[in-house]
Amino acid sequence: MASAISSEPVHHIALTLSDQLPALQVLIPFVAAPLVVFFGVRSLAWPIAFLASLGSLAVSVLLLQSVIDGSEISYHMGGWAPPLGIEYRVDTANAFVLFLISAISSVVLAYARGSLKAEVPEKSHTLFYALYLLCLTGLLGVVITGDAFNVFVFLEISSLSTYVLVAQGSYRDKRALTASYNYLIMGTIGATFFVIGIGFLYMATGTLNMADLAERISEQRDSRTIRAAFAFIVVGIGLKAAIYPLHLWLPNAYVYAPSPVSAFLAGTATKMAIYVLLRFMFTVFQPEFLVEIKILEAVIIPFALIAMFAASISAFYQRDIKRMLAHSSVAQLGYMLLGIGSFSHTGLTATIIHLFNHGISKAALFMGAGCFVFAIGATSYDKLKGLGKSMPWTSAAMVIGGMSLIGIPGTAGFVSKWILVQAAFENGWWSFAFLIVLSSIIAVAYVWRMIETLYLSAPIQGMTAKEAPLSMLIPLYLMAFSTIYFGFATDITLEASKAAATGLLSGSSGLR
Amino acid sequence: MRHHLILRVITKLLVGTIFLFALYVQFHGDYSPGGGFQAGVIMAAGFIIYGIVFTLEKVKAVFPPWLVHKVVALGVLIYAGTGIYSLFYGYGYLDYAVIDPHHPVHGQHLGILIVELGVGVTVTGVMVAVYYAFAARAPSLGDEDW
Repeated sequence: MASAISSEPVHHIALTLSDQLPALQVLIPFVAAPLVVFFGVRSLAWPIAFLASLGSLAVSVLLLQSVIDGSEISYHMGGWAPPLGIEYRVDTANAFVLFLISAISSVVLAYARGSLKAEVPEKSHTLFYALYLLCLTGLLGVVITGDAFNVFVFLEISSLSTYVLVAQGSYRDKRALTASYNYLIMGTIGATFFVIGIGFLYMATGTLNMADLAERISEQRDSRTIRAAFAFIVVGIGLKAAIYPLHLWLPNAYVYAPSPVSAFLAGTATKMAIYVLLRFMFTVFQPEFLVEIKILEAVIIPFALIAMFAASISAFYQRDIKRMLAHSSVAQLGYMLLGIGSFSHTGLTATIIHLFNHGISKAALFMGAGCFVFAIGATSYDKLKGLGKSMPWTSAAMVIGGMSLIGIPGTAGFVSKWILVQAAFENGWWSFAFLIVLSSIIAVAYVWRMIETLYLSAPIQGMTAKEAPLSMLIPLYLMAFSTIYFGFATDITLEASKAAATGLLSGSSGLR
Repeated sequence: MRHHLILRVITKLLVGTIFLFALYVQFHGDYSPGGGFQAGVIMAAGFIIYGIVFTLEKVKAVFPPWLVHKVVALGVLIYAGTGIYSLFYGYGYLDYAVIDPHHPVHGQHLGILIVELGVGVTVTGVMVAVYYAFAARAPSLGDEDW
């Protein structure tokens, strides 16, 4: 290679800070994680983690601002141009999800400082924050990358750290270990299916870059390899996203995980998986392909409807607040799937905005449940009776979160359900619109059961509960009020969701 | 382990050689099969055989668990730090051309060597940590139990 090592100066155009934003989005938490371990000082772990999370939140805001008009940013890792090199590609859809993930992560971290002391012994805190940052890195990486195999790598980073984070709940309840192990088995099967799908795609097309894949798949649409790849990818991501029949790992993992982990996962992990599903269905595989293989009528819509009802009904019968919330998460994922199933611009807008609105509502609710754990060490209904009097602030925040879960006007949950009903009307699906409202009535029932326990039941004799400290209440209220804020100020979320849906439907990540 | 003279002598002889071979695999990785991962595993094997023959306490005195944690983190920091260095000079993340801007190929060469060192350091740490985690669970065998 003597010719390549010439003495001629090589010209290089320097990248500025704003060009580096896509890399920084993932890099900040990624570098902070080993730093936390390297210093190994307990008092430094939380500040480093919190600053890193705020840093990636700032980056995600800047990214969202620059792509909200529908433009795209492409970043080449290591200076290798795609499709050979790994590309980070930011458009409105993933900038919005990046913002959701890093915002929830920052608020939950602020809350974790107080909450974790009650649930995990101090000596584990340093590694806990390092794992939390790695989990954040993984989630952000999955969302930002434009390379199909890179999605798998980041998926594993986030999943492996999640398994350990869930297992940290074992200090409070040993069942966290089996919950985590179950999640590990199911999650690994999901990841394996996903990577088998990617393998098939690589076999059929010889490329891993999503945009390049999209182009080559549309050239040779009807191949068995590609169909098999699609099936494997949907099932694999379906496991991660807890799509109805594949959701069995979710309730236990959310219930036994430490409260900050439950709040973080409920707000981000399944949302990330739904985003990946959207990205693969609409960008990598073209919408025409979805029509051709009839996946929407045969799989997505039926399971969405079953999830909306079966999971809501089982949420009603739970005797534990965290378990109820976990089952309701599965039901809410049904709404997102129904949005995908309606296969229209409005439907996808509903999916994306519900992804955001449900993320913040569920994070608020799980943070409230964590306050109960902090105060009385339990979340089952028979121990929570009458706590509305002794813990008024936490209980009020739970009511706000619950209203958003039902979709009462003035909360974020209403906005997304409204658009979902609109999408159903557009398709002429009057019965589906009715079913959406009907399943919301079940949500009223299970949220009412929580409210009844908190406010209308007689307190247990001799039960003294102190309100959670301000360090937990402030983040909780930040999240609870944001569900109200995004219920009124819909222009930001709606604009972003519409632009994201437009981007997904036009296949704008294609090379055209 | 007092009785196992052969094992002890051979191990003492071997450990140094294993470390040397690990370094060879590490730095010769770009000319022959090898690289950071393999080197890290070989390096860790040196510690592990020392631990198996001379008990866990002895190897923990040489390579204490707190140091293992730092080594695990250090490797990642070396890798990521190379990328951040290139960010500061206006190159893309992990664009090794920055190391020698006039001869990008030299830069790429050196860059791979540095990040592979990071991989080697982390893999050493992780393998030893895995060994510690498993070995610490088993009750240690006394000499009379053989």
